[in-house]
Amino acid sequence: MDSTTLIAVASIVTAGLTTGIGCMMPALGEGRSVASALSSIAQQPDAAPTITRTLFVGLAMIESTAIYCFVVSMILIFANPFWSHVIAK
Amino acid sequence: MKLSPDETVFWQHGFITINLTIVTTWALMLILIVGARLITRKLKTDNTISRWQCILEMIVTGINKQIKDVGLDHPEQYIGFIGTLFLFIGTANLCIIFPGYTPPTASLSTTAALAFCVFIAVPFFGIEKSGLGGYLKSYLKPTFIMLPFNLISEISRTLALAVRLFGNIMSGGMIVAILLSISPFIFPVIMNALGLLTGMVQAYIFSILATVYITAAVHDAKTDKVKLLTTN
Repeated sequence: MDSTTLIAVASIVTAGLTTGIGCMMPALGEGRSVASALSSIAQQPDAAPTITRTLFVGLAMIESTAIYCFVVSMILIFANPFWSHVIAK
Repeated sequence: MKLSPDETVFWQHGFITINLTIVTTWALMLILIVGARLITRKLKTDNTISRWQCILEMIVTGINKQIKDVGLDHPEQYIGFIGTLFLFIGTANLCIIFPGYTPPTASLSTTAALAFCVFIAVPFFGIEKSGLGGYLKSYLKPTFIMLPFNLISEISRTLALAVRLFGNIMSGGMIVAILLSISPFIFPVIMNALGLLTGMVQAYIFSILATVYITAAVHDAKTDKVKLLTTN
């Protein structure tokens, strides 16, 4: 295997792994936060607006980690600096 | 596949480039400004007001209420900045129902510019509230050991704001493009409907996070002032 193929293989496999793991873990975290937010809304329906707003902000924070993983894998597939370096040579 | 609307270039001369992002941004700004001018030209306080005025009043009071809920006491002072962020991002994301439209928020340059505005606005409002010294002191809280971490968090949250909005909107467009090649007819419509929801939620989250950051700067300064008053 020459270095070009190696770089391509490494990039594609890493892109898949990045999105895969980066979707799993935030999904677990979001599930936990939504579950506890729901149970606290069930206990205190009066506090629902505050809980919902905090939940949204927290979900955005958690989800941004998944988005970072997505952006990294997009960079690896479409705008890979190492690949462009090899291709330019 | 075009990753961002930056790559569609209409006109280029030297380092000045007119691309799709700039054109769409200016068109949206024009629509928002002209629309707001037309609606607010004849405001009334009668029993019956025009529909458009009613919509604008609902939007303004809604944003004011949200800002107040987060903890800023005088939302009128901040709605100029936060409301503009929300309306611009919201309009930019909602317009994806028009065919052939690429949202300018799917380009990292737009979102980076918006995040940079927040990055500038946070110290601006903090200094306005409590002066330069009072604001700078908020970096030394709780102890001076936290100074580098406070600085890092300032940078990283700006980066997070930019990449979050960009990633969400770009991924929506990209998923539609990929689905178009797999199942052309009905699935992209569903994903577009989901994209409308995501776009609105992202506009809300961007402006709420900006509000939270401004609140943190203003409140830190305020509690500092209270403490100074009590110790002296």
